[in-house]
Amino acid sequence: MARAASTAKVELRGVKKRFGPKVVLDGLDLTIEKGQSLVVIGGSGTGKSVMIKCVLGILRPDAGEIYVDGKEVTHIRGRSRDAMLRKFGMLFQGAALFDSLLVWENVAFGLIQGRGMRRAKAKDVAFEKLAKVGLGAEVGQLSPAELSGGMQKRVGLARAIAADPEIIFFDEPTTGLDPIMADVINNLIVDTVRGTGTTTLSITHDLVSARKIADRIAMLYKGKIIWDGPTAEIDSSGNPFVDQFIHGRAEGPIKMEVRG
Amino acid sequence: MNIFASVGRATLGFLREIGRLSIFTFDAVSSFIRPPIYWSLVFKQLMRIGYFSLPVVGLTAFFTGGVLALQIYIGASRYGAEQFVPTVVLVGITRELGPVIAGLMVAGRVAAAIAAELGTMRVTEQIDALTTLATRPIKYLVVPRLMAAIISMPILVAIADSIGVFGGYVASTQSLGFTGTIYLNTTINALTGEDVISGLIKAVVFGFIIALMGSYHGFHSKGGAQGVGSATTSAVVSASIIILAANYILTNIFNYFNF
Repeated sequence: MARAASTAKVELRGVKKRFGPKVVLDGLDLTIEKGQSLVVIGGSGTGKSVMIKCVLGILRPDAGEIYVDGKEVTHIRGRSRDAMLRKFGMLFQGAALFDSLLVWENVAFGLIQGRGMRRAKAKDVAFEKLAKVGLGAEVGQLSPAELSGGMQKRVGLARAIAADPEIIFFDEPTTGLDPIMADVINNLIVDTVRGTGTTTLSITHDLVSARKIADRIAMLYKGKIIWDGPTAEIDSSGNPFVDQFIHGRAEGPIKMEVRG
Repeated sequence: MNIFASVGRATLGFLREIGRLSIFTFDAVSSFIRPPIYWSLVFKQLMRIGYFSLPVVGLTAFFTGGVLALQIYIGASRYGAEQFVPTVVLVGITRELGPVIAGLMVAGRVAAAIAAELGTMRVTEQIDALTTLATRPIKYLVVPRLMAAIISMPILVAIADSIGVFGGYVASTQSLGFTGTIYLNTTINALTGEDVISGLIKAVVFGFIIALMGSYHGFHSKGGAQGVGSATTSAVVSASIIILAANYILTNIFNYFNF
């Protein structure tokens, strides 16, 4: 099955993953070009997070290949995996801040532990990134538990961009936030990423957010990408699955599976 | 329900668990020797695992030593062999009860704490976050805890040995009418390096088991608060059982080599 080498920033080819009898990714193909902001939409439990975790090597796909900068990374280990991971930043759904560390230590973590930067210098960078997401120096000295959900998300964003990664993943960046805070986060994502040449992959079921941050939107359903196109074309996709999803109708080709 | 299917599923599940644990152990042990080692985290864990376990271990060792003396006296007095109480207390504490009691107490305290902490980090995606920040979770989280546990356990057991023997001394002099100096002299004359060292070797093994079980169950916990709860329970139960089984095996090995 020799195919042309990947020229995209990130490419997934035929990725399959199942947990026991439950098939989550069923031959997923996805390409993210350099500098592009791709948003993958899809219902809960359609395998969006699993897809991201496969790219990062947190989960190992059962089949298929994953390329980053044209190099296959599906099964890499050790130092080459560390080097690959240094290209990435990620904002987790629940922010996933380390509660044993202060806010600024969280932001500086990847710089100090992952890249061996001096602590004092990393601290300066951390406060600079915190300022970028609209958080003052006083917040840097707090512990994550003292922050509201929206502020934790902002710290998570500052941590994701701290090392100026080439690729950033956003896992449900606006889920659980009020509409105004969601818009603040969307703006921050757009502001911090646009014009820097950063490639981003976001997964969300929030269409307002998707329309705002995406150059291109892809829809994931039953472990496959069923539609993929520029953001402007989402309303005229002609795809009944996409139409049902973006209009939020209970009736349509997508049957809500009650997990079992 | 087909009985073969359920037996087969249980067997496969058991084998999968063994395999997963072996890979985890290999990962953790092989990370021991390769840099980076996070020494500041090792120190922090030494405080939490070692230093803060001192009161619990000390108290249980004291009462165990005391009750050991009282019971041995009952048995020995039937044969007029009361003079052996100090020696038997010494051997019993240093070879068996010191390491086992300290092991079980630390298992309850530390394996539970490690499993709960790492389990919460797992379900809140903090462990995945470490990976995305180019830090290996095994090195950052598991290795410092394993190191701290295998360093602190022998020290805790050495202290437990002393306090346990002291507990025997207190019980013997207060309740059994022993003379303090005679008890102490008998104890000192009976003291051998093998007794103490075999107990300390056990302590190292138990420390490894405690931190490994705590980390392993925490690392593989899933499904929110309930998952963390059951990971904590599994950590304590499995650590305790493995400690007792390992103790039996180690004692057999020491006996075989007359150590």
